[in-house]
Amino acid sequence: MYKLLLCWRYLRTRWIALASVVSVTLGVATMIVVNAVMAGFSHEMQTRIHGILSDIVFESHSLSGFQDPKWHMEEIKRAGGAAIAGMTPTVAVPAMLNFQVRGQWVTRQVMFIGIDESTHAHVSDFGGYLQHPDNRKQLSFNLRDGGYDTVDSQADSPGPTRPALEGAGWPYRRMRVERERLWRQRLESQQAPSAVNKETPQKTQSQPVRSVNAQVEAVLAAADAPADPATDAPLDPATSKQDPFRAVRPEEGRVMDPAQEQFTGIVPGIGLASFRDNTGVDRFLILPGDDVKVTFPTAGTPPKAVSDTFTVVDFYESKMSEYDSNFVFVPIQELQRMRGMIDPQTGIPSVNSIQIKLSPGTDLALMRDQLRKAFPADMYLISSWRDKQGPLLMAVEMEMAVLNILLFLIIAVAGFGILAIFFMIVVEKTRDIGILKSLGASSSGVAGIFLGYGLFLGMLGAGAGLALGLAITWNINTIRACVEWCTGQRVFDPSIYYFFKIPTIVNVYTISWIIAGAVGIAVGASVLPALRAARLHPVEALRHD
Amino acid sequence: MTRAAMRDDTNPVSLGRERDERGSNALVPLLSVRKLRKNYRSGGGLLEVLRGVDFDLDQSGFVAIVGQSGSGKSTLLHLMGLLDEPDSGEVYLSGTRIDNLPAHHRDRLRNTDIGMVFQSYHLLPEFNALENVLAPLMVRYGVLEWMRRKTEARGRARALLERFGLGARLHHKPRQLSGGEMQRVAIARALVSQPRVLLADEPTGNLDEASGAEILDTICELNREDGLSIVLVTHDSAIARRADRIVRLAAGHVETI
Repeated sequence: MYKLLLCWRYLRTRWIALASVVSVTLGVATMIVVNAVMAGFSHEMQTRIHGILSDIVFESHSLSGFQDPKWHMEEIKRAGGAAIAGMTPTVAVPAMLNFQVRGQWVTRQVMFIGIDESTHAHVSDFGGYLQHPDNRKQLSFNLRDGGYDTVDSQADSPGPTRPALEGAGWPYRRMRVERERLWRQRLESQQAPSAVNKETPQKTQSQPVRSVNAQVEAVLAAADAPADPATDAPLDPATSKQDPFRAVRPEEGRVMDPAQEQFTGIVPGIGLASFRDNTGVDRFLILPGDDVKVTFPTAGTPPKAVSDTFTVVDFYESKMSEYDSNFVFVPIQELQRMRGMIDPQTGIPSVNSIQIKLSPGTDLALMRDQLRKAFPADMYLISSWRDKQGPLLMAVEMEMAVLNILLFLIIAVAGFGILAIFFMIVVEKTRDIGILKSLGASSSGVAGIFLGYGLFLGMLGAGAGLALGLAITWNINTIRACVEWCTGQRVFDPSIYYFFKIPTIVNVYTISWIIAGAVGIAVGASVLPALRAARLHPVEALRHD
Repeated sequence: MTRAAMRDDTNPVSLGRERDERGSNALVPLLSVRKLRKNYRSGGGLLEVLRGVDFDLDQSGFVAIVGQSGSGKSTLLHLMGLLDEPDSGEVYLSGTRIDNLPAHHRDRLRNTDIGMVFQSYHLLPEFNALENVLAPLMVRYGVLEWMRRKTEARGRARALLERFGLGARLHHKPRQLSGGEMQRVAIARALVSQPRVLLADEPTGNLDEASGAEILDTICELNREDGLSIVLVTHDSAIARRADRIVRLAAGHVETI
């Protein structure tokens, strides 16, 4: 009983010992915050990666892919059984994306991915990453008539961070075409007096008109003369009557009206089309409604580069900059046709890969191995999304482990502080120890006082650290704003991270380990002083001044 | 308080009576030491403090040990109080050898059978007077047992303090008490576990004459009225004369007067 009472009295009267637990408190708080933030980032990243990649990716080694995805999907279904919740074929090829910004051509290296618009959203979170609410429900490669989100739908952004997307779509496309037409008119009227020779048409072509391809230029030339759209635009009458905005592929020699028609729709990653300035507002280089050129290899041997024009219909934003500045999505049938992946005789297409979604609760690695057994490894590469991002996930885990070790050393240093202060207290209390021994206290009892004292201090320090750590974690975004306001420095730059808030996850298991470690260190540090106290000779202790 | 009341079994302040019954074998001294030797190493040499001391304390006896400074009085007391171990020789309590018992037995004996009072009081500064008196009982009992016996223990400690005129000082810390008061708290602490023997090491050494006399009266009263066996170490022969018997220590040997 005396041990408890003495521990309590020492705790209340020895403020210097409380000072030593401040470092335990700080260490524990730091560890809790760092772990919560790292876990938040890690979870966010894994969710993103998993959202982009389906559970299992079944792909061919070659770019030309494998024939007959339907048969393959049936085989996969047979091998995987009920665990296969969904599948979608894709074709992915490296490509070059070209678009004009203020008269200059910008080229980006991209991964051009053909997807099945009806099924792709079912095997991954693809649908959720689009900027048009209707596309999020069901993707369409047809340009929408406005209504794109100006507020980031995935983040609690402080307000409209994408004002440029207001009016994107058909209104923007029509306005752009009209502006180009007026610009051309003005240029021509300026040049008309000097244009006396026959080279005028060539000069006109080299003018810095913001045209996207020869067909558009042809349209612009035609638009100079007032024309009746009904007679001027030689559209397919059947389609144009049904839906004037329907994607129509201009036939050879036919003139297309860009104000009313679009090319094949594509969905580029938002990182390719925009950048975030330091106020957190996204600035766009191209918008839905703009036309771009993509150059990609055909499926033949050797591959030949082919180019085509596409219309941007939406942006893809997974918040993983690696993907957002690399992926461009296109309808799979178009890509197969353009690359020559459809057998001209049988009409059976080829694909690069099949994305497989598993039913919830399925063992990822087990199903992967099951599929690997069912298909020859020299023909197909079967990997889970974790395999695909293995090194990245490993790196994050490694980083967390190293950080935890370093931070735990802070608490270990605090342990040495406790050790030193406890030695001082034992010296100070030598006479009391002698008194207790003369009253019949055993050596282990005396040691127990100091071990208990260490335990009390450890629990106090760890408890305060827990409270502080959780308080910081739960208010980290307020604290960030406060620090930014005080220092004028941007602590968490949304132009670097695609989040507006610092993500945190409080893991009870991790916290338990941190607390146990901190208390363990405090008790461990009091072992030596406690032993010293226990070994004090009662007579010498009583004589101590 | 009358003598009759002091002998009453129900009186928590009553001391010694049950001890009388326990040590019923009148032929065996309550406390005795035989051929006790104790050396200290100092500066490379060997300092022989006790060179074969024989000493007996009878039941309800009051022995004063006198001697010059460094004659080994305190060392003898520490050996009898099991605070130290002799190099050779034996210590008996009621005929049972106690110096060679395992450590936890000796701790137990110190707690239950031997009460000690020191020159410089040796109170725990973190505890108030009442808690200091309760300290031996707190040492004895675990938390649960303490909770069970707390009321009884506090009653006994309070009664002891009241008996020594400290009823109004129960919750004072040692630093708020005078020397005489501190020593009375120390005596109460020594008595709270109803020990068989009280070992007092210069209990008046740090006190002025009046306080010293008061303490001495208290000790004598405990011997006479409660039948408590007492060993008192002092260098003052005037104090020693209050005892039944005086033992003089000189050059590590006993000279009984």
